[in-house]
Formats: sequence, C-alpha cells, structure tokens
Amino acid sequence: MRADKGPLIPRNREIHPDPYDPGYKTSVARSPNLPLLAMESGQSEETGPTFGHSKFGQYDNNLILNWNRGAAPAVGERIMMHGRVVDENNRAVPNTLVEIWQANAGGRYRHKKDGYLAPLDPNFGGCGRTLTDENGYYQFLTIRPGAYPWPNRGNDWRPMHIHVSVFGHSFGQRLITQMYFEGDPLINLCPIAATVKDRASLDRLVAPLDMAHSRPLDFLAYKFDIVLRGRRQTMFENRIEGM
Amino acid sequence: MVQKLETLIESASQTAGPYVHIGLMPSYTGNGQIYDHELGHSPIEDGAKGEIIEITGEVFDGTGWALRDALIESWQPDAAGNFPGNEGADPAVSGWCRFAADADSGEFTLRTVKPGKVALRGGGFSAPHISLWIVARGINIGLQTRIYFEDEDNSGDPLLSRIEQAPRVQTLIAKKVADGKYRYNIRLQGEGETVFLDI
Repeated sequence: MRADKGPLIPRNREIHPDPYDPGYKTSVARSPNLPLLAMESGQSEETGPTFGHSKFGQYDNNLILNWNRGAAPAVGERIMMHGRVVDENNRAVPNTLVEIWQANAGGRYRHKKDGYLAPLDPNFGGCGRTLTDENGYYQFLTIRPGAYPWPNRGNDWRPMHIHVSVFGHSFGQRLITQMYFEGDPLINLCPIAATVKDRASLDRLVAPLDMAHSRPLDFLAYKFDIVLRGRRQTMFENRIEGM
Repeated sequence: MVQKLETLIESASQTAGPYVHIGLMPSYTGNGQIYDHELGHSPIEDGAKGEIIEITGEVFDGTGWALRDALIESWQPDAAGNFPGNEGADPAVSGWCRFAADADSGEFTLRTVKPGKVALRGGGFSAPHISLWIVARGINIGLQTRIYFEDEDNSGDPLLSRIEQAPRVQTLIAKKVADGKYRYNIRLQGEGETVFLDI
C-alpha cells in the first residue's frame, strides 16, 4: 500500500479549458453536452501503475540523440527542459512517468498524418520519457520545436510547444498538457491556448527562459513545473481517511 | 487581508492533439524503434488468473463519426478485485493499458482479464468495472468513464445508482456478444451520450 492515502482533491474545472470551444473547431463535435457525474474518488482513481527504471534506455530523455542512439544529433536550438512535478499540497511527486512529444525545429512531426511541407530531420524522432527523481525533478535534452500551421481557421499557427503527459501516483491524477515558450507572440493568437479562459492558468503553461540552468556553449534551459491533483491529507496516522 | 493558503493550483489540461501517438504509442506511428520497451502494451501477462476477455468498440463524435485518432488508457484490478501494487494482487496483472482507435476503421480492442468487484472505503463493493481515460484532438481535458458488464450484478453499484436518468446507465455497460467478448461504444456527444465522470 502507498503512504499517500485519502480521496483526491476534486478538480477545479474553472482553471481547465472549456471542453466546448468553437474557436478550436474540432472541440465542437467532441465535447459532451451533458454535465459530468461527480463522485468522491475511490480505489479506481486513487491507485495507479508504477514504472520501474529497468524499462528505460540510456537516451530516453535525450531527444537530440534518441532517434538514432547517439549516431548524429538533431538539428535545431539545443535546449534543456526541466522542472519539478508536485501536487496541490506542494509535495514532490517522485518516480513518476513524464512523457513528451513535439515537432522538429521546422515544425514537422514524425507522424504519417502530418503532411506539412517542412522536412523531417533524419536525426530527430520527437518523443522522450523519464521518471522524476526522489524530489520530483525531471529533465529532457531536446531541440526547440518550430511553430506550424494547422487547418482550423484560415491562417492559424500553433505556437512553439512541447506536449507533456504526466502520470502521477494514481489514475485520477492523469494529465496531458502543453508547454509553451516565454515571449512567443503566437501564444496570444492560438485557439488551443485560448481554450484556457483563466489567464493565470494559461500563464502557468508558459516556461520561462532559465539562464541559471543553461550550459555555456551547449544549451539554453527552460523551466516547466507541473502541478497534479493532491489528496485530502491525513491528519492523524490512526485514521483511515483525512478529517 | 486574510491568511494565505499554501495549496497550489493544478496545471491546466490541453488537448493531446492528433499526434499523441508519437509520444505515448510510438509503434502505432511506425516509430517503434525509439524505445526498447514500450509502456502499456497489455494490462496482463500470460498466467493472469481469471477470465480473459476482449472488449471492442468505437468512439463516436457528435455527428456519429468514429474517431480515428483517439487514444485510450484503462486501469483495473485483478480478477479478485485487488489493484496492482496492493498486497496479494495477482503479479501477472499490471492493470494498465494503452490502446488506440484504428486509423482506418476507428475500432479499438482491449484484451484483459475480467476485473473483480472492488471494496469501497465505507464498506460494500462497487460492481466490476474498468476505468477509462480518453484523449484525442478536440478533447481539451481527458474524459473519464467506466466499463461495466451486462452479465454482472450491477444493482448495488454506488456510481451507477447515482445516475438520475436510468436509461443513461446503459451507456456504461458493455454488451456480451460471445463468450469472453464484449462490445462497448463510447458516444462523446448527442443521442446516447456516454456518462463521463468527475472523480
């Protein structure tokens, strides 16, 4: 049994995107019309898989080298993406799975459905994964993705972004989000970014340039901290649940 | 000024987008060589105790069109209702799986062990179920739902009992189509809309 017990703190859906948002056209037919059914979490939401280090390879969190196992580096602006995964109670989430995927420096994805005319980079796959350490820290080495156009309104372009999937310690904490880059003027034009109506929530998805963690003559750094749902805390050890 | 709360605010969700498979199921896009071990291929290993079942279905949008780019994760206990990681749980059941709608047909398949009923915090049990989390282009925050089974006793389940409109309960119940085979369709919107959860 895990040390962290107790029900999950209910989601505040006001800080999340609206499921139905006509500015992001695909959401119109893919958003439920009826309200969600709310319940207190149980075992199904409070437990989740664990991931052992043995399944991970040497280059899994290095997107500059992982596509061809170190034979040649990807082209683009070399960056380190790093940060901490914590919960709403500001407790570290150690040994949890963080996965990322992204386009290459020209904005092209290595996916059969992406027909954008910017070329693939033969040395770039575009996905990475890692486990957070005992203090909740993770890091990736990658190249900064390019902006790319997408068929939404007449002339929509996604800002530079990296998709981020985080597991947490329970199935009910599951989260997928996107990291944007400080200063990108496309953020304010993007209908997907704009699905988040609370500006402070959107700002928390924008990673600042982090010179203190950049390596001179090698890579720039961007810091991206992630907050997952927390649990109602147990106040007394002899109680099964929180107060 | 009142005192300051020290709790943080959850990071906002964003859509997984159309290329979610690059990151979570690289082999689906033909990029399988990037990892030696891809995660979440199957929720069970050989030797899992219990009945092995296969659930197929489609995820329909509000126009009745099946999504070709949906990615689903499932989470469940073993045949005795014990979740992986708990004492006594079946070591051949990891409980977690990732699967995708087929890019041509939109059909998905989940092969797993039929879960047992699960003990509730306040006593009692919930009926056997598999938890699902669905992401895709156009879905801004992952949708949670559950698969129940028509050949189980669902009468006392607290979640199903909470659904006010009795006909909507049927949207969560997989139909048995043959021995060990079930059909479970998900309708995101409109007529027959699946019950989605906030838990």
